[in-house]
Amino acid sequence: MATTVDGKTADFPTDRGPLNYLNCDRGILSWAFTLDHKRIGLMYLISIMASLGLGGLFAMLIRVELAHSGQQIVDENTYNQLFTLHGAIMVFLFILPGIPAALGNFVLPIMLGAKDVAFPRLNLASYHLWVIGALFFLLALVTGGLDTGWTLYVPYAFQTDTRVLTAGVGAFILGFSSIFTGINFVATIHTLRPPGMTWFKMPLFLWALYATAIIQVLATPVLGITLLLLAAELVLGIGIFDPTKGGDPILFQHFFWFYSHPAVYIMILPAMGIMSEVIPTFSRKHIFGYRFIAYSSVAIALLGFLVWGHHMFVSSQSSLASTIFSLLTFSVSIPSAIKVFNWLATMYKGSIALDTPMLYALSFILLFGIGGLTGLFLATLSTDVQLHDTYFVVAHFHYTMVGGTLIAFMAGLHYWWPKITGRMYNEFWGRLCSIGVFAGFNLTFFPQFVMGSRGMPRRYHDFPEKFEIFHFLSSIGAFLMGLAMLGVLIYLLYSLFKGRRAPANPWGSATLEWQCSSPPPKENFAETPSVSDPYDYDHIKYDPEKNCYYRVN
Amino acid sequence: MSAAPDHDENHPHDLAHHFDTHRQQFDAGKLGMWIFLVTEILLFSGLFCAYVIYRANHPEIFIYAHQFLDKNLGALNTAVLIFSSLTMAWAVRAAQLEQKRALVRLLSITLACGFVFLGVKAVEYHHKWHDGLLWASQYNPKHHDSAEHNEAGHGAESDGEGLHGEEPKNVGLFFSIYFMMTGLHAVHVIAGMGAIAWVLNRARKGHFNRRYFGPVDFVGLYWHLVDLIWIYLFPLLYLIH
Repeated sequence: MATTVDGKTADFPTDRGPLNYLNCDRGILSWAFTLDHKRIGLMYLISIMASLGLGGLFAMLIRVELAHSGQQIVDENTYNQLFTLHGAIMVFLFILPGIPAALGNFVLPIMLGAKDVAFPRLNLASYHLWVIGALFFLLALVTGGLDTGWTLYVPYAFQTDTRVLTAGVGAFILGFSSIFTGINFVATIHTLRPPGMTWFKMPLFLWALYATAIIQVLATPVLGITLLLLAAELVLGIGIFDPTKGGDPILFQHFFWFYSHPAVYIMILPAMGIMSEVIPTFSRKHIFGYRFIAYSSVAIALLGFLVWGHHMFVSSQSSLASTIFSLLTFSVSIPSAIKVFNWLATMYKGSIALDTPMLYALSFILLFGIGGLTGLFLATLSTDVQLHDTYFVVAHFHYTMVGGTLIAFMAGLHYWWPKITGRMYNEFWGRLCSIGVFAGFNLTFFPQFVMGSRGMPRRYHDFPEKFEIFHFLSSIGAFLMGLAMLGVLIYLLYSLFKGRRAPANPWGSATLEWQCSSPPPKENFAETPSVSDPYDYDHIKYDPEKNCYYRVN
Repeated sequence: MSAAPDHDENHPHDLAHHFDTHRQQFDAGKLGMWIFLVTEILLFSGLFCAYVIYRANHPEIFIYAHQFLDKNLGALNTAVLIFSSLTMAWAVRAAQLEQKRALVRLLSITLACGFVFLGVKAVEYHHKWHDGLLWASQYNPKHHDSAEHNEAGHGAESDGEGLHGEEPKNVGLFFSIYFMMTGLHAVHVIAGMGAIAWVLNRARKGHFNRRYFGPVDFVGLYWHLVDLIWIYLFPLLYLIH
């Protein structure tokens, strides 16, 4: 067959160039003050995975404590700190920055064929602020902990002896870090797209990151002012949220959820973006319903701002307001379902390869489906009154945040791992651990739906006899999942030293980041690459000798 | 955004390495600045929201307490800031036209206006401090000194200051909102002055030209926003009826 092998792809099938972004400069300072988006992305990746480990450790301790009724390892006050720190670390340090700041930072400019994000210094500032914010969290952790729950609800936040101010300052700084990433991504996508890449020729991951960045920019400042008012209350006693001084604690809840509900879409939208890359790649089939997926990201971003009141159905909100918030909450399920249907349609009659990223993607569809559908129970006013503050809520948001975001993060991590590190991980262990994560996760959280619907309240240190079996199963599942995650860590680290050298395009993807070598050179592309349909797999062929894909014209 | 890390002979020194043209660099910077201004507006929006809620629920507090603010000083500061916006806008024009001397002078005037604003604000804060007109937990007005704050409303009308109305409960909340809003605004004025000082220094070194004037433009946008927020704060806090 007379095929022209594209020079750029064929040149780096197994060879790393002599110099790439990892080894072009040496020394710790060349990392700490780098302006290269890939290095910043990688530093973010390591940092957020360390946070994931710390948050996961707290989760394991919680499940050890709850394996049986009565006190196991910690008393009530320590338990309050455990679930607070688990939540705060997972939300602020892992899930929120996870996909956009780590994977997004690495991939976004390369997907655009650009050399860097629009504002490299702002990008570095974002990472430095993240580190400072994380240090404040650690400071709070070692100087007295935090026991308010990650939501920092007033007026309890004024009464506890734990370190609300330190953690609040940390979250405030992390908010700026998030805003800077958002500004950078919006400006980059607007101004650095290559010639020929119109909005509707962008990979869908970029649409998802764009929608995410819009939320980061529009919602996070409100968290900033909320935390500023909280800090002013703690330091000065301004009374705006304090009922003893004439203030209104419900106002805090409104402010907090005005940020924190859109924030859950900061967590899930980039996860959905990863799905839109992984599923067509491993189905060897063009994405179905491109425009619907693109628009639904934006729709979720915008509708997400109008539903915060569903966190406050039982907080003395007027029933009219609750009804409106309930209706709007149902409306968010429409664009979410559109995405799921399009992914299923993409897989339909595709040539599905069950590689590790695809296994995570399939887990995502199932788990996010359960998480999304159980959200409808909570959006319904009458059932929410029953289910509010029970384990049903805990299970629901873990199905979306872990079953959704963490699983998608794992899919993206495995999908881009060869590009980031230049090494292939062991596929057998990858698949095995992904199945372990899936099984462990379901065993952890499915029993929580059952006990939640039977009245087990969240955040309790102890429980009656009848919940014993559910809590026990849940703990077993958590240990299984923890073990599988540990396995992931081990084989990924192992791959760094012993893994097969990654070719430029190990999966046969059509987006631009697979056109540069693995790992990419410092400037990403010697010349701006040619843009074609990001989901056209007809021109990408497999070379069994070199075990990689190449482009034919 | 100015210094490129590695030098290419064909790449101008004031064009960052990842941009192809000055136009692209300017557009990216300007878009980034506008988005940042949106985040600033949203940061203040929380305070405006708190203002609206407390004013709607407790109008008597606002009507009573605003009398303690000095309208003349507030008006003076408004005029100073509006004038500084004029000089700032003029400075952007000077940067575009490569009028270096005018640029340096106009930026200096703008910076001076910032100092005047802060000076006036300091005088106002000092008065409030002296009179005990502070935020909720520290609210302890001096004209009550015989009755103390626990017997609110028993001395307000007899002290000859021409204040009308009995003192309502929780007047301190007004001053909480006043200090939060004007305090956060003052922080932004200081940040803006820092940014102006930075472009002033670069202007003196002759960094700007007709292709590269973005930093002056972006700092100008920021300064106008700071001005605009004050234009809303002044009537909302000082001119209540």
